[in-house]
Amino acid sequence: MSNVLTITNLGISFATDAGAVKAVDDVSLTVAPGEVLAIVGESGSGKTVTAKTILGLLPETATMNGAVLLSSKDGSSQSNIVSLSKQQLRQVRGKDVSMVFQEPSTALNPVYTVGWQIAEGIRAHGEFSKKEARAKAIEILGRVGIPDPETRVNYYPHQFSGGQKQRVIIAMALVLDPGLIVADEPTTALDVTVQAEILDLLRRVRDEFGTAIVLITHNMGVVADLADRVAVMYEGKVVEEAPAQQLFSSPQHEYTKKLLAAVPHVGQGIVRAAARAEARAPGWTDQAPVVVAQDLRIEYPGRLGRPGFVAVDGISFSIRPGEVLGLVGESGSGKTTTGRAIAGLTRVTGGSLKVLGHEMHGFKEREFKKFRSDIGFVFQDPASSFNPLLTIAECVAEPLVVHGRASNPGAARARVNELLEAVQLPRAYGDRYPHELSGGQRQRASLARSLALEPSLLIADEPTSALDVSVQARVLELFAELQREFGFAALFISHDLAVVDILADRIAVLYKGKLVEEGTGAEVLGAPKDPYTQRLLASLPVPDPAEQALRREGLRKLRAAG
Amino acid sequence: MTTVATSPAAKDSRPAGRKSKPSGGGIGRYLLIRFLLIFPTIFILVSMVFWLMRTTGDPITAALGGRLGPEQLAERIHAAGYDRPILVQYFEYLGQIFTGNFGTTISTNRPVSEVLMTYGVATAELAFYGLLVAFIVGIPLGMVAAYWRDKGQDALLRVFAILCYATPVFFSGLLFKLVFAVWLDVLPVAGRATTGSELEMQLLPNPTGLYTIDAIQVAAQTGNTEVLADVLQHAVLPSLALGLLTAGVFLRLVRTNVIGTLGTDYVDAARSRGVSEFRLVSKHAYRPALIPIITVIGLQIALLLGGAVLTETTFEWKGLGFVLIEFIKARDYVAVQGIVALLAVIVALSNFIVDIIAAIIDPRVRY
Repeated sequence: MSNVLTITNLGISFATDAGAVKAVDDVSLTVAPGEVLAIVGESGSGKTVTAKTILGLLPETATMNGAVLLSSKDGSSQSNIVSLSKQQLRQVRGKDVSMVFQEPSTALNPVYTVGWQIAEGIRAHGEFSKKEARAKAIEILGRVGIPDPETRVNYYPHQFSGGQKQRVIIAMALVLDPGLIVADEPTTALDVTVQAEILDLLRRVRDEFGTAIVLITHNMGVVADLADRVAVMYEGKVVEEAPAQQLFSSPQHEYTKKLLAAVPHVGQGIVRAAARAEARAPGWTDQAPVVVAQDLRIEYPGRLGRPGFVAVDGISFSIRPGEVLGLVGESGSGKTTTGRAIAGLTRVTGGSLKVLGHEMHGFKEREFKKFRSDIGFVFQDPASSFNPLLTIAECVAEPLVVHGRASNPGAARARVNELLEAVQLPRAYGDRYPHELSGGQRQRASLARSLALEPSLLIADEPTSALDVSVQARVLELFAELQREFGFAALFISHDLAVVDILADRIAVLYKGKLVEEGTGAEVLGAPKDPYTQRLLASLPVPDPAEQALRREGLRKLRAAG
Repeated sequence: MTTVATSPAAKDSRPAGRKSKPSGGGIGRYLLIRFLLIFPTIFILVSMVFWLMRTTGDPITAALGGRLGPEQLAERIHAAGYDRPILVQYFEYLGQIFTGNFGTTISTNRPVSEVLMTYGVATAELAFYGLLVAFIVGIPLGMVAAYWRDKGQDALLRVFAILCYATPVFFSGLLFKLVFAVWLDVLPVAGRATTGSELEMQLLPNPTGLYTIDAIQVAAQTGNTEVLADVLQHAVLPSLALGLLTAGVFLRLVRTNVIGTLGTDYVDAARSRGVSEFRLVSKHAYRPALIPIITVIGLQIALLLGGAVLTETTFEWKGLGFVLIEFIKARDYVAVQGIVALLAVIVALSNFIVDIIAAIIDPRVRY
């Protein structure tokens, strides 16, 4: 049987004010029926542009050459997406090829019911009555694992959880039984346990519906879990293409090797943590901790007479000087709230939280201000944590000026240069504006800013989750070096167990506002006791197809048991 | 209003075991709170009007000072009770308003409530037509501009929008009169209806004061549709002058919001399912864009009423704005106070209605 998708010599460039920019260069790919082809690469590699081309979704500023041949599932018709008219494209979209988006919370229209949105897609292609379309919507919702689809077909998107929304989106993509689904980072926005479920569903889609999938992702674990074949893209070109097993076992291209080496593995950090523990002076454990939480409780007030939302529900932990505590949890587990409370950005409503000896429960800003210079904070998104109107040097100098260490940003420049060097940024970058730096560079600058006052405590809230994997590896390495050099204590918050493992001396796992497990990396990751930690660990896909297949079995058993 | 609170929609239809945290209560509870908030709003507005008016002294002196001798003035002030402590007068005023009694005008000696009734309906009619024009012109054109964003059509519409809201009502009103009433002579210059029509409507057993409805009544009873035609013809120019002012704002607002929602993932997602471009704008981008628009429309109603004052004066439309000017000229602060208070109440009420509409559009508010 012929391929569902044949891309030959595809080139795409975008017209910009600065002339044409080439995004995709001479790409040729094929996808066989029922096959999962993963396209991996970093941001800017052209993988998403390639994916959008398959549905003809590129903006008008794009010019294309080459051919994108798409066959219908029964093989009765074939069309070249590049040369189709708008009307013809509309016919193909949804029927022969459909798309699953990255962010399930924004890919559904909030003001229409999911049933309405599914039915709309059905009725855009052919003669279905409203009743038939509704029946089909209910059927497909049931098949993607939405419980009680007869009722839920009338629900609005906000009434579903994130994972369920992604199921609904997959249902929409499947409803007209297309031969090909393009999934653009379908699990990136989801928690790792939910990710495992969605990957299972996509596998079922391939097996039960015989749908081919083009999987766009930067996560090598996801690739190992689902893909049959992998194409690695770099700067608009396909640099390597191989069956998944082969790509992971013997990568050929330099870039692929680098990419695979940059992927964090669980277990990497155990040796390092042990080495750090060895190096500590005797009597280290007797030092007064910099942070002590006792039965810490944080509740966000509800709106007018409604009960509040308990984000952190009675947790206890401590961070000793020079120690890195990794805080792991899914979205909504309360990990960010905990970090913000330590930095005095969120009010503590119960229990006790002592930061540098200062009680945060009922704290007054005036009394706490002098402690602030001793606490650094690194934010998740480097794109939004810098004032776009200030240069990098001004941003980094700001804490120095605020705390009276320098009279103005100019006077602080010498110190700023030192800091930029410490985070391995060229001095000249101080004169640039935030938007002129890449994500990784901005996050380095963010580290420089947080370290400007040589704090004894640093709170890093998902500092690498917005970065590409190879950039993430370098930033994590930098973080470890700086920590060694400056010796600050740190609370490192992340949803990614493997990332936390690399840096942390001890790991604490949060689940629904409660601390379910705490211990060294070897204890928590090596022999997890709490069922949630076990599930979390088992859900994390590893970049090795053979091992991942075994792990998948393990997770299935764990789920069946739990 | 309690029926709203206990309507079926108010029942919490959230399923048990839903994972994400509830974002709000039932719609009934939401609307009940919004409804209850009207009362403090009105109270504050009415109080502000009272105290602002009284900073200038008592109404009798303001209206008749210089025309009557000091003794006569004192006598009338005493008769009207304006020589009592201001707090006593304030509470009396609040109590009267509560029972619908707004006092008596000084210049014409009529109950203010009667003035409000007679002229209020005329203003309501004008505001309704103005809003209608604003909707019919502003919203579709805004969508068209969004669809052709940054193209010629869009540029033209944006210039049109600027012209609409940058031209003062009295100027556009005069221009309309000049073109349509004087040069082309197809529409009447001013007023709400010809005297003949007004007489005919007054003969009705229960005239509402809303000329459109009265004219329909006339047509239903006597088969005389000329009155209706006459009334509608009179309404065209004032409604256009007033409505276009707001239409320009609506156009810009709809354009910006629709462009914003056209860039969202869910529009791209719908496109990837083969939904037509027309539907993307008319359904997927339009309805979510309406949510912020509705809120601004609520604020616009206040501006519309302000615009009505100018429009009514320009077109001799005998509404609240028209008489407000008369009363201000006569320095009749009791009447002014009543009119301003009524306008405040209308604004508070219309904001409540806007909240209801927003709740109907946005399911996240409803559930």
